Amino acid sequence: MIVFIIRRLLQSVVALLIMSVLIFVGVYAIGNPVDILINPQADQIEIARVTAALGLDQPLWVQYWEFLKHALSGNLGRSFAQNVPAMQLILERMPATVELALCAMVIAVALGIPLGLVAGMKPDSWYSKTIMAGSILGFSLPTFWVGLVLIMVFSVMLGWLPSTGRGQTTLLFGVPVSFLNWDGLTHLAMPALNLALFKLSLLIRLTRAGTREAMLQDYVKFARAKGLPMRRVVLVHVLKNIMIPIVTVIGLEFGSVIAFAIVTESIFAWPGMGKLLIDSINVLDRPVIVAYVLIIVFMFVLINLVVDLLYSALDPRVRLSEMTA
Amino acid sequence: MSVAVERSPFARIASDFAASRLALSGLAVLALILLAAIAAPLISPQNPYDLAQLDIMDSKIPPGGVSADGMRFWLGSDDQGRDMLSAIFYGLRISLGVGVLSTLAALAIGLVIGLTAAWFGGWVETVIMRLVDIQLSFPSILIALVLLAVLGQGVDKIVIALVAVQWAYYARTVRGAALVERNKEYVEAAQCLALPTRRILFHHVLPNCLPPLIVIATVQVAHAIALEATLSFLGLGMPITSPSLGLLIANGFTHLLSGKYWISFFPGLALLVTIVAINLVGDQLRDVLNPRLQK
Repeated sequence: MIVFIIRRLLQSVVALLIMSVLIFVGVYAIGNPVDILINPQADQIEIARVTAALGLDQPLWVQYWEFLKHALSGNLGRSFAQNVPAMQLILERMPATVELALCAMVIAVALGIPLGLVAGMKPDSWYSKTIMAGSILGFSLPTFWVGLVLIMVFSVMLGWLPSTGRGQTTLLFGVPVSFLNWDGLTHLAMPALNLALFKLSLLIRLTRAGTREAMLQDYVKFARAKGLPMRRVVLVHVLKNIMIPIVTVIGLEFGSVIAFAIVTESIFAWPGMGKLLIDSINVLDRPVIVAYVLIIVFMFVLINLVVDLLYSALDPRVRLSEMTA
Repeated sequence: MSVAVERSPFARIASDFAASRLALSGLAVLALILLAAIAAPLISPQNPYDLAQLDIMDSKIPPGGVSADGMRFWLGSDDQGRDMLSAIFYGLRISLGVGVLSTLAALAIGLVIGLTAAWFGGWVETVIMRLVDIQLSFPSILIALVLLAVLGQGVDKIVIALVAVQWAYYARTVRGAALVERNKEYVEAAQCLALPTRRILFHHVLPNCLPPLIVIATVQVAHAIALEATLSFLGLGMPITSPSLGLLIANGFTHLLSGKYWISFFPGLALLVTIVAINLVGDQLRDVLNPRLQK
C-alpha cells in the first residue's frame, strides 16, 4: 500500500514536470514576449536591456530552471494584462468554478443514478427506452449548443432566468457562493444544468449497465427468494455493489467537469477560471495561461491519486500493490 | 480471402447492421448529410461567400421569409444577408472535412505507435503507454485549448490539435488488440517464414486489429466535429475565412439575445443531427463487430 502510494506520487511528480516543460517550451519559447511588452519604437539597446531584465537572454534550460524555482515557491509570474500575480487572479476565480462544477455534479448524481437504476431494472419497458434515448441525445448534444438553446428558451422566450453573470453572492466561510440566495440560484440554474447534462448521460449509462449485470447475480435471486421487497433489494443490495465503478467515475469526471466549465462559463459569462483562461488566451496573457494549466494539471493529478486510493478503500478485492497503474 | 462459408464476412456485417432500423436510418441521414456537404456548391440557393450575391438589405430575414428580389430564405439569413441554408451546407463541408481528416491522421499515427508498443514491448512499450495514460487522464478539450493557445489560429493548427488529442485512443486500442494477436499461431507461422517484421505487422496483425479501430474511428469523427465546433465557438478554432458550423453558431450567438434565434439555432441543429447520426452508426457497428455478441 505504502509502496503504491509512493510510486503513484512519484508518477504524479513526473507528470507535473513533463507538463511544466511542455507548457514552458510551448508558451515561452514560441514567439517573443518582448515584442508584446515593449514599445514598438524602442531601439536595439532598449530591447536588449528588457530582454536581459526578463532573463530571456539566458539559455532555455536556465530560463526553465528559474521558472521552476519560482513556481515551486508559488510564484507563477504576473499577469501582463492586469499586473497582479497570475496565481492570485486564478485563486480569486476558483470558488465560482468549483461551485458550478459541484452543483453540476450534484445534479448529475441526483438524477443519473435513480434514472439508471430504473432503466436497468426493466430494460425493455418504454420508459427505460426513453431514458436511454435521452442519454444518447445527452452524449451527442454539444455542450455549447445546449447552453445556447437554454438561453434561447429560458431567457429570451420565457424570460424566467437571467442569461449571464453570477448574480448576488453570499459569504460562506469567507468564500462567496451563489446558491444561498434566490438571485444567485436563478443565475446558477442554467449553467449548472448545462454542465451537468453530459455527466448525467454518462451516469445513467453506467448505472444501467451495472444494474443489468447485478440483477442476474445469485445474491439478488437469493435476496428475492428470502422474500425481501424489490425496493430493498435494489436500494441496498444492488446499489452497494454497483457503487464502486460509479464512485470512481464521479471522481475522475470531476476534473473533466472543471475543464468543460471553460465552455459553459464562456456562454453564460460565469466569472470563473475557465472564462479567465479564454480571456487570457485572447489577449495573449501568457503567465495566466501557464498558471491556469499548471494549476489544472496539479488538480488532475491530485484527483487521480485520490480516486485510486478511494477505489482500494471501497473494494477490498483491489490490491493496490499489484496494480500497475 | 475466400473461405467456404455461406456468406462473406462483409455480407454478414451488412445484414447484421441492417437489423436495427434506428442504425439504418442513422446511416441514411449520414449519407444525406455527406451528399449535401459534397454537393454544397450545386444545391445551395446561393454561394454564401460570394459577396456579389449578398445583399445587406436581406439581413436577418426570419425563416421562410422572402427578400425584395423574390428569393426565399428557408432557414432565414444572417446579419450579412447570407442564406443560412447555404451557409450550413458549406459549413458542413468544412466541419466534416476537418473531422474526417484529423481522425484519419490520428488513426494512422496511433496505429503505428500502438503496433510498435505491442510488438517491441520492453521500455519502448512502457514509455509509450505511460505517455498515453498521462494524456488520456486529461480532457481533450483542455489539451486542444492549450495547444491552440500556443499554436494560434488556422485550419492546419486545429487539425494538429485534433490529431494530438485523438492519437492516444487509437494507440491504446491497437496495442490491446495487437497484444492478443501477436501470440497467435498465424503470427508464429509468418515469423517461421522469415517475413520481415514490417510485413507481419501491417499485413498480418493489423487486419485482425481493425474491427475495434473502425468502431472507435467512427465515434471519434463525431467527437472531432463536436470539439472543432466548440473550439471555433470559443473563438480559438477555425479562422473567419473557413466558416465551419461552430463558427456559424458563434456568429449567431450575439443575435440570439435579441430573439433572432435562427442564425445560431439551425447550424446547431445541423451539427446535432450529424453527431447523432454518426453515433447511431457507431453504436450499431460496435455491436455488429463485437465477436462476443455474435450469435
